[in-house]
Parts: sequence; C-alpha cells; structure tokens
Amino acid sequence: MLSKISKEALLGPLSRNNPVLVQILGICSCLAVTAKLEPAIVMGISVTAITAFSNLIISLIRNTIPNNIRIIVQLVVVAALVIIVDQVLKAYNYEMSKALSVFIGLIITNCILMGRLEAFALSNKPWPSFLDGIGNGIGYAIVLIVVAFFRELLGSGTLLGFQIIPQAFYDMGYSNNGLMILPPMALVTVGCIIWWHRSRNKDLQEQ
Amino acid sequence: MEDLNLFIKSIFIDNMIFAYFLGMCSFLAVSKNVSTSFGLGIAVTFMLVVTLPLNYLLDNYLLQPGALSWLGEEFATVDLSFLALIMFIAVIASMTQLVEMAVEKFSPSLYASLGIFLPLIAVNCAILGCALFMQQRDFGSAWTATVYGAGSGIGWTLAIVGLAAIREKLAYSNIPKPLRGIGITFILTGLMGIAFMSFLGIKL
Repeated sequence: MLSKISKEALLGPLSRNNPVLVQILGICSCLAVTAKLEPAIVMGISVTAITAFSNLIISLIRNTIPNNIRIIVQLVVVAALVIIVDQVLKAYNYEMSKALSVFIGLIITNCILMGRLEAFALSNKPWPSFLDGIGNGIGYAIVLIVVAFFRELLGSGTLLGFQIIPQAFYDMGYSNNGLMILPPMALVTVGCIIWWHRSRNKDLQEQ
Repeated sequence: MEDLNLFIKSIFIDNMIFAYFLGMCSFLAVSKNVSTSFGLGIAVTFMLVVTLPLNYLLDNYLLQPGALSWLGEEFATVDLSFLALIMFIAVIASMTQLVEMAVEKFSPSLYASLGIFLPLIAVNCAILGCALFMQQRDFGSAWTATVYGAGSGIGWTLAIVGLAAIREKLAYSNIPKPLRGIGITFILTGLMGIAFMSFLGIKL
C-alpha cells in the first residue's frame, strides 16, 4: 500500500528527521503550552491536522501557483485552516481554547508548516505530501508530549490532572519542583532530549 | 507615565523570547554572530513598530463586534473577529514586502546587510504574537500599541544579541559532543530565561 517515498515521508519525521529535534522547526509556539499534558496533546493534534491538510491542499494546486506569490498563497491556505481549528475548539472545548490563548493562532507562523510546504508539498504528489504532513505533525506532537509529561510530573505531581505522586511521598518530605512549571525549564528539557537523541544517533552530531 | 511603564515592562518582564518563546526559530538560527543578529533585531523592532498600530486600527474599526458602527446603524451588530488571524497575517506579509521594496530603493547599503532577513520576518511569530496579545489586552489607543511594539522589539533585540555574544565565546569551550550546536543553545536560552525571571514582580 505504501511506496518507498510515502513510507519515508511518514516514518522519517518520527525520529531520524524529527521536525523539532533535528530540523529545529516550530519551537516558537510549542514550548509555552507544555506546562501541562492536556494542552500539549490538543496542540499536537491541531498541528498534525493542519500540517496534513495544508500539505494536501498546496500539493493539489502546486502547478497553478505562480512562483513569486507562493508565500502569500501558502499563508492564506494555512490561515484558513487555523481559523477552522480555532473555531472548532472554541465551539467544543472552550476551556481549552482559553488555556491555549494566542498559541492556536500562532500555528500560522509555525515554521514546520512553511518549512514542509516549501520543502515537500511544492514538489511532490498529494498523497505523499499528506503523509509527510501527518508524519511531521506526529513527530512534533511526540516531542511536545514527552516534554509536557516530565514538566507536569515533576512540576505538579500530576498527569492529565490526576494525582500520580502518592501522598505518602509528600509526607516523607518530597515536594514538587516549582521550577519545572516556569517557561525556561521547557527549553532545558528540550535541550536534554536533543542531547539524548544525538547520543543515540551519532551521525547527527555537529562538529 | 502608563506608557513608559508598559515600555519597560515589555522589554524586561514580558520579554517576547524568555516569557513567551516567540520568534524562537530565527532566534536560534541567526544568533551565531553579534552583528547579523543585531541587524535582525533592528528589522524586527521596525516591523513591530509599523504593523502594530496598523493592526490596532484594523481591529478596532473593522473587526471587533460593533466596530463597524461608523458605517451606519445596520452595521453595528456585525462581528468579524474570526477574520482577525487572516487580516493580521496579510498586513504583516504585505508590510514586509513594502518595507523590503522601500529599503531597497532608498538605502541599498542597509538592504545589503539585512536583505536575507527581511522576507523571513513575515513568518516570525514574535510579530503575529504581538498583534494577538495586543488584541487580547485591549489597549486604549494606537499610541499605546506602538509603545508596546517598540518595547517588545527592543526586548527581542536584547535577547538575541545577548545569546549571540555568549555563543561567540562558546566556541572556545569543551562541550560534550551530542550537545554541541543546537543542544547547548537550548540550555543556554533556558538559563538566560531564568536570569530574566528575576525582573518578575517589578512595579514601576
């Protein structure tokens, strides 16, 4: 069912060619939503849907876009999709939409989108482009979820709002690490994930 | 006085990089040496100062619920606020294009030094982010929005120049291999963010 190029497009971004860890794309809007696990999951799903469909749409019309206005065309397609996601979220999960505030809107300027549109969708057929969008979205979501997992577990002792660290620990003198909740620790966490990832994949190391 | 307060606050306390992580991609990619990162900082500040008041006027006289009432009674109930995202990004993208053309015409030397960064600014999240924060905070006038834009831009410049200076020195230190390059830059930014947090709670 999957040809070689589609398979690479779908699975490559999960680790070897991860958008956050290797291509360093889309850091902007992602780190601020990772203090808790739930917003990180919602953000990951939204970005996956938007990358997949924007890749598909741009790939379908790629032969009709004049080269010198392609950035505006891409921005319009992406902005329309982001508005749809924003409105859906407002309608069905208003609390979450409040919690994510401007960061849903900022998906428009998420570099993953522009990067994948420029690098892949403009020169490939719709089906591989769609898979590439899904792969990159999931690769981004995985990093988001791992960061949020550690930040919520160490920072508040909960996961998805449920208490994980038992009360007995607190009685013995354990306390939550408030520093993990603060935004700068998201960067340090991603730095550590990059460290781990590159020590596993030696060829990605910089000289 | 209010405006001065907002200005200082948006430079240090609500710093675009360290408090909201906006404009991170170009921040990490371009901060390899001080002079180019300073150029990019100036370009971002300039774009913020130009686009924020424009977006403010658009938001207040076109998009918000009831904003169209200057057209007549029957328009008073129109709510176009769902179009805000697409309008803001269109203003930013077209202003980038205009500024690029103007700079190329009137100051070729500045254009040569900024050239590659100018088109990149259209997708810099700091600028769209600022517009969205402005919408959220309900500023009183276009002047306040301009002050907020200038403050945020200067804060961004300060952060990128600081990181570039550290990275220039970093070339001489012995970093574990897997951490070299982007990994250590992330951790550095995190540490700088913690340092900037000491400004929290300052009231002017």
